[in-house]
Amino acid sequence: MATSSRLDARIPQGPLESKWSKYRSSVPLVNPANKRNLEIIVVGTGLAGASAAATLAELGYKVKAFCFQDSPRRAHSIAAQGGINAAKNYQNDGDSVYRLFYDTIKGGDYRAREANVHRLAEVSGNIIDQCVAAGVPFAREYGGLLSNRSFGGTQVQRTFYAAGQTGQQLLLGAYSGLQRQVGMGTVKMYNRHEMLDVVNIEGKCRGIIARNLITGEIERHGGHAVLLCTGGYGNVFYLSTNAMGSNVTAAWKAHKRGAFFGNPCFTQIHPTCIPVSGEHQSKLTLMSESLRNDGRIWVPKKKDDNRPGNEIPENERDYYLERRYPAFGNLVPRDIASRAAKERCDAGYGVGTSKLAVYLDFAAAVERYGRAEANKNNIHNASDADITLWGKAVVKEKYGNLFDMYKQITGEDPYEVPMRIYPAVHYTMGGLWVDYNLMTTVPGLYSLGEANFSDHGANRLGASALMQGLADGYFVIPYTIGAYLASEIRTGKISTDHEAFVKAEAEVKERIDTLLKIQGKTSPELFHRRLGKIMWEKCGMARNAQGLKEAIEEIRQLRREFWSDVKVMGTANYFNPELDKANRVADFIELGELMCIDALDRNESCGGHFREEYQTEEGEALRDDENYMYVSAWEHKGPEEWELHKEELIYENIKIAQRSYK
Amino acid sequence: MEGNMRLSLKVWRQSNTDAAGGFEDYKLDNVSPDMSFLEMFDVLNEQLIEEGKEPVAFDHDCREGICGMCSMYINGRPHGPLRGVTTCQLHMRSFKDGDTIVVEPWRAQAFPVIKDLVVDRDAFDRVISAGGFVSVNTGNAQDANSLPIAKEAADDAFAAAACIGCGACVAACKNASAMLFVSAKISQLALLPQGQAERSIRAEKMVAQMDAEGFGACTNTGACSAECPKEISLENIARMNREYIGAKFSSSAV
Repeated sequence: MATSSRLDARIPQGPLESKWSKYRSSVPLVNPANKRNLEIIVVGTGLAGASAAATLAELGYKVKAFCFQDSPRRAHSIAAQGGINAAKNYQNDGDSVYRLFYDTIKGGDYRAREANVHRLAEVSGNIIDQCVAAGVPFAREYGGLLSNRSFGGTQVQRTFYAAGQTGQQLLLGAYSGLQRQVGMGTVKMYNRHEMLDVVNIEGKCRGIIARNLITGEIERHGGHAVLLCTGGYGNVFYLSTNAMGSNVTAAWKAHKRGAFFGNPCFTQIHPTCIPVSGEHQSKLTLMSESLRNDGRIWVPKKKDDNRPGNEIPENERDYYLERRYPAFGNLVPRDIASRAAKERCDAGYGVGTSKLAVYLDFAAAVERYGRAEANKNNIHNASDADITLWGKAVVKEKYGNLFDMYKQITGEDPYEVPMRIYPAVHYTMGGLWVDYNLMTTVPGLYSLGEANFSDHGANRLGASALMQGLADGYFVIPYTIGAYLASEIRTGKISTDHEAFVKAEAEVKERIDTLLKIQGKTSPELFHRRLGKIMWEKCGMARNAQGLKEAIEEIRQLRREFWSDVKVMGTANYFNPELDKANRVADFIELGELMCIDALDRNESCGGHFREEYQTEEGEALRDDENYMYVSAWEHKGPEEWELHKEELIYENIKIAQRSYK
Repeated sequence: MEGNMRLSLKVWRQSNTDAAGGFEDYKLDNVSPDMSFLEMFDVLNEQLIEEGKEPVAFDHDCREGICGMCSMYINGRPHGPLRGVTTCQLHMRSFKDGDTIVVEPWRAQAFPVIKDLVVDRDAFDRVISAGGFVSVNTGNAQDANSLPIAKEAADDAFAAAACIGCGACVAACKNASAMLFVSAKISQLALLPQGQAERSIRAEKMVAQMDAEGFGACTNTGACSAECPKEISLENIARMNREYIGAKFSSSAV
């Protein structure tokens, strides 16, 4: 297999360890006077967008930043709980840049690009330094130094955290940097704005069309480069851990304007989420992976065991992760933990009323911590009750906010009964295809963070999303964008009177008019639910060729129905969340079809992509490296029509092996 | 639907900032106690769409209590009856069958209503822009562990930094004061060594911007902290006052 001539990843020559440092020192520069005349549009203000916008403004570029929420501080990065990885080796446990690189490539089941991942590992340490300097209150030890914990898929402690609110603290750090630039006038912030198209002129991206969500006005914004930092598309499944507003629209518009979509079927199903409680459910809530540091996952050994969890004796419990994967135990990567939970539930061992749940149990941790506390305080004849009391206090300090959230949502107290958890859609490894510079196949159009496909292969390891978002925004794009903008210094201000802007604006308006005119019977919400059901059942945790073929037909049918029967209330001239929703659902439907097409193309199992036809005798994912060691990059050719381009993945620094966590 | 609670809702409807608003009454059957408050509103909105009426606009996003986007003044309390809980994490099991629930937007001069229950909280962003940061450009940082921070200071800073910027403190305050929000950020940075260089000027600038936005003064009622979904402590306001007065005594600016 050779890489398609349409794809050039622009990976620098030379040995892996020096690619980035050498490239960084040779990438063209833009002088400060010219920077002031170059405008950069940043769409999305999560970790990637906020850090990129602030850093580019610090460098002297003119930046416009957009978010659909009421403030950049709301971006969904804020909900990340567990932590952020960095190869600092502060714990002296053998960590290194190479080990983080290796773990990430292996965790991604050998479907990520070596050079990008190595760069990510290289800059990981700088991220922690930068965040601490900006006042992010990470957890610390009594000596005043930073604390670390473990996450899935690794055997070192390299995860930095701020209780269960790491994403919040990191985002607020990036946000404060952004607001500092807004205050100085170097970033112009457009909140409650949704990007509805990108505008290309003579083959280069030159701006966007955005809707002011308060007034309904359609606006044209020109720029020399556009950065899409718009997050993932997990909400295509309707139920996911994403925020309600998270959507694919910006990325999808870019895709339809020429940006190839990479690995759309690579979806991460997170193993530890609060199970669905009923039909009304609007979203799912994650219980951080960090809980697997101390929680033990189990199901009853007996089928249909209806006893409450804490009444089932120890010898009648099946700690199936510890049984199947003794080396990593409860800390196997997410894809493996999720599939193992599904396997047990499908086999009839699930718990709770729906039987679609497994237990995450802290009783052992409570006892262990309680005894440690007793020893620390020199108490050698403590009662069991005291030990439990002290142990619970330690667990509370580590995970208190998560336990409170669990109790609030389920009405059950996880200090007393084991948590019930089940896998749920959490993250999308796929996204816009980008080269080493993070540029899409459209010159001048970039994609950062979860919105691109680049670093996590077929499965992302825990605490790596925050790392990637901030790496892209703080330490990659500020350098790599020079490679393009150095040749733009003579372009002059981008005029939004160009016919390409006029045409794109007219198309956006026409689509909105069409949506409002249909006046059918079904709300956008109901279409979204139906799409989600198809996707979850046929393109979810397990997929097969027949189901995917059916799903493609069903989605096509759903799309036709949507465009003839959707009912959008209100008008286009004011704040109208129903219209926003309809626009987003329409794009999700098209994306859903492409995800199924991609999943059908990939006749192998790898990472989060599990094709039932391709598994080992033990039920593990069976890769086909000979035929599928590529990134699929899909080119949009027209309605229901895509062309596949392949980027061959070459591993020169890592030995490819069947991924084993046993 | 699967539930059996019946509710009467009185919901504030207002078509835009300048329009006069008013309460509308709605009846809702089959509410499940396991629904979140916002899921109950989803059901209401689907019912309204079916009846050909415009759904109620309300802000929400993460629905897990961390983004700070949801608001709603429920039965006279921001985020409803529970302590330390946002509207999105409030579940219907906290209400009883047959209850009447009154839902209003945040009410404050500095938070104009955009539509129905949605308000404009840009004022908070502007207060942060005035000084809620450490002026450190990307790339200038020293090794993170070269700056040890006593655990207690780190924990206190973290507790202040837990603020989600939802504005419940302003909505709860009879003076619509933003002191809890502003003091949480000032405290976080005043407690950390990284924040020392700009400590005085930060307090001055943020307080000046807070006043310019039209937030009211603090009269130590404490409703802000009592209603805060993240239980941000009143101590922060005391600390902010110390920071501000100290800054003013030595100030050459603002």
